[in-house]
Amino acid sequence: MAAYTPGYAGTVTKYVFVESPAMTPGELALRAYEVSEGVLIKETCFGLQVTGQPEAVDRLIAEIRTFDPTHIFVKDRGFPPGDPRRCRANLGGARPGYLGHEREFRILRYITRGLEEVERRGEEAEVPEPASVREKRPVLDIKRLQELIETEES
Amino acid sequence: MAKVFIYPATSLILSDLVARFGHKPLGAALGIRERIQTAGVDSPPLQITPEEPKRGLRYAAVEVPAGVRGRMAIYGPLIEEAEAAVIVTDADLAFGCMGCARTDELILFSLRQSGIPILELKYPTNDEEGVEFVAAIKKFLAGLDDGGEA
Repeated sequence: MAAYTPGYAGTVTKYVFVESPAMTPGELALRAYEVSEGVLIKETCFGLQVTGQPEAVDRLIAEIRTFDPTHIFVKDRGFPPGDPRRCRANLGGARPGYLGHEREFRILRYITRGLEEVERRGEEAEVPEPASVREKRPVLDIKRLQELIETEES
Repeated sequence: MAKVFIYPATSLILSDLVARFGHKPLGAALGIRERIQTAGVDSPPLQITPEEPKRGLRYAAVEVPAGVRGRMAIYGPLIEEAEAAVIVTDADLAFGCMGCARTDELILFSLRQSGIPILELKYPTNDEEGVEFVAAIKKFLAGLDDGGEA
């Protein structure tokens, strides 16, 4: 067993996704560098990874969100950028977790639309009934069960 | 600011919306980050050590496979910490091996048993559902400021 010494201890890493008709990841990276103030920024195909002290990252994220509020999305990341256990440069193929991002990336346009519309409508936006979301499975009728058993036996 | 558990725990959309509306999303990244940044024995790729299944005994019985208990060592403390939860019920991206599948079932069961306010949704498939999705989450999260009731 080898000892493990963590890198980037005490830092926070966040993903920044941009799905915008007006801004590419490259442009986002350039503008983020201007206000980075010591936060490590890595440009990716979908946006950025930012790493730094929690307060500095929060400040940078708040600044980045103002560039295009309804088209920029942020989430936490457990690993620092370029970690050999996750970086595809070492593993080959898509990074673990990328396929989940890709799946949600296709839905982002609906979320963008939702954010714009909710902001426009204010408190008037319709809210679906939460109870209707969780559908109960239909119960198998006891007579139908009996018929199935008899069919199986014959 | 309330701590809101998100399911799928790796969801970009839920993580963003919870943070955007002023709360703290509790997802898998927080648990993984804690392990990645803690010195100890090298145990790649996720720094899940043999100690994790023991910690998982707090959330699952000893008969439950070690894979589920190990995963629950990450998610269990987050569920305990959570003051509310947002669940997407048709998240096809939350698939995985049998360990992941059973852990997901246990996470949802634990959340529903915990008594915290829970919002259950489906991913939007068009603009209209997108508006409803965002509005529902915004309304749910706004209610958390008033004493935790949704």
